[in-house]
Amino acid sequence: MAGSGVVTVYGNGAITETTKQSPFSVKVGLAQMLRGGVIMDVVNAEQARIAEEAGACAVMALERVPADIRAQGGVARMSDPQLIKEIKQAVTIPVMAKARIGHFVEAQILEAIGIDYVDESEVLTLADDENHINKHNFRIPFVCGCRNLGEALRRIREGAAMIRTKGEAGTGNIIEAVRHVRSVMGDIRVLRNMDDDEVFTFAKKIQAPYDLVMQTKQLGRLPVVHFAAGGVATPADAALMMQLGCDGVFVGSGVFKSGDPARRARAIVQAVTHYSDPQVLADISCGLGEAMVGINLNDDKVERYANRSE
Amino acid sequence: MVVGVLALQGSFNEHIAALKRVGVKGVEIRKPDQLQSVKALIIPGGESTTMAKLAEYHNLFPALRDFVKMGKPVWGTCAGLIFLADKAIGEAKIGGQELIGGLNCTVHRNFFGSQIQSFVAELSIPEIVAKEGGPPSFHGVFIRAPGILEVGPEVEVLAEVPAPSDQTTKSDPADESVEMVNETSQEASSSTSLSSEDLKLSEPPKYELPVFQQ
Repeated sequence: MAGSGVVTVYGNGAITETTKQSPFSVKVGLAQMLRGGVIMDVVNAEQARIAEEAGACAVMALERVPADIRAQGGVARMSDPQLIKEIKQAVTIPVMAKARIGHFVEAQILEAIGIDYVDESEVLTLADDENHINKHNFRIPFVCGCRNLGEALRRIREGAAMIRTKGEAGTGNIIEAVRHVRSVMGDIRVLRNMDDDEVFTFAKKIQAPYDLVMQTKQLGRLPVVHFAAGGVATPADAALMMQLGCDGVFVGSGVFKSGDPARRARAIVQAVTHYSDPQVLADISCGLGEAMVGINLNDDKVERYANRSE
Repeated sequence: MVVGVLALQGSFNEHIAALKRVGVKGVEIRKPDQLQSVKALIIPGGESTTMAKLAEYHNLFPALRDFVKMGKPVWGTCAGLIFLADKAIGEAKIGGQELIGGLNCTVHRNFFGSQIQSFVAELSIPEIVAKEGGPPSFHGVFIRAPGILEVGPEVEVLAEVPAPSDQTTKSDPADESVEMVNETSQEASSSTSLSSEDLKLSEPPKYELPVFQQ
């Protein structure tokens, strides 16, 4: 989250305003409010309360945390709307929920029950392996995953109002998250120093719409709020993501698969605020109990969720 | 002049950028002792529950209350407004929420409902126009916004927004002073104008972007 990083909403009609009268600025606005915060995966109302008490800026309702999806296998779907409603009633902070990639009816259901944000997520089993949801058709805002700049801008063109780098969910291993954040930030740095004449070819190379590439070049950052996700397990991991330039952090299995969820959740929230203060980071990292068990990604048998969608 | 921006969580970067645009230095405030170096304070929008928790972890509330009591100017946007209100009702989380107080009003958290009820509205601001000039209306963006239901006699209301008719909590139009998530000046939406200003510092945008319009 470098100095004067300003998030923009598309002006000058550069992005389509939706037909259903929810301007893009309203969709992006909530993401702007979440900046500098931690969004935590929860599977029931009780966990949602723990997250709220710890200072999470939003919760993500899902059927199973990614670590369990990995362990148990099977098809992972949107969670039961009843459960999401219970979570919504239990807390006052924004509630997000995951829908399968391309499953626009799950998204319609989530819109109907009035949650605040939909995560079109590769952590759930894909419903469509070619097309993502056309997010312009919804009044509810979407967050989508990406591994690189091209993927981020493709999602924004489809209507995503917030981006998270994918990392590798449910592993407790930060390596993929670092790889994806560095890829996005590195490409933006390259783009900033690029001659305008070269941007056309660069847009072609990263397979992203030219207008958004140019806008990213002018802003020097993604044109929407950008969180990190996938593998954050400790306060240090969260602060690392912030120092690499992210606007905030998603924590999935890292909190509720650890020894002392409430305490760890609180520490991660503090780490995101004080990400550049090693003294504070040292204090809050003390005595947190056991972290979640990590998975070594050199093992070929581990499925890569991040590669499920382009 | 140096203005502090409470940087616990939320849109503090946007406020610092806006300050920079008018030629004022904004500094991030995360710890109590940092308050001593600033003449005024902005409490930005964000998630008020989160900001309250973080303020509590680092024992900021006493210092913030002292700052307000000393009569130094404090600006609250959205969640910041909730912090400054003497009384907050509705939708408070279990266990309540700590406030700074100092502004004699009653604020209703999350007054308009969830994200799907978020909206934009053109607000008429005659007093400000008379005093400072500029465009006659203000482009207000209300994201899970609070409403101000009552104000004390010493509080001056600058703008109002009618509450939606399907609002269950109150049927009267609620007073809503100018606290909101984004501010806009000209015809473009706010953050765009911020960012294009910023860009001018390094390089002017050379291209009109190709426009995709549905």
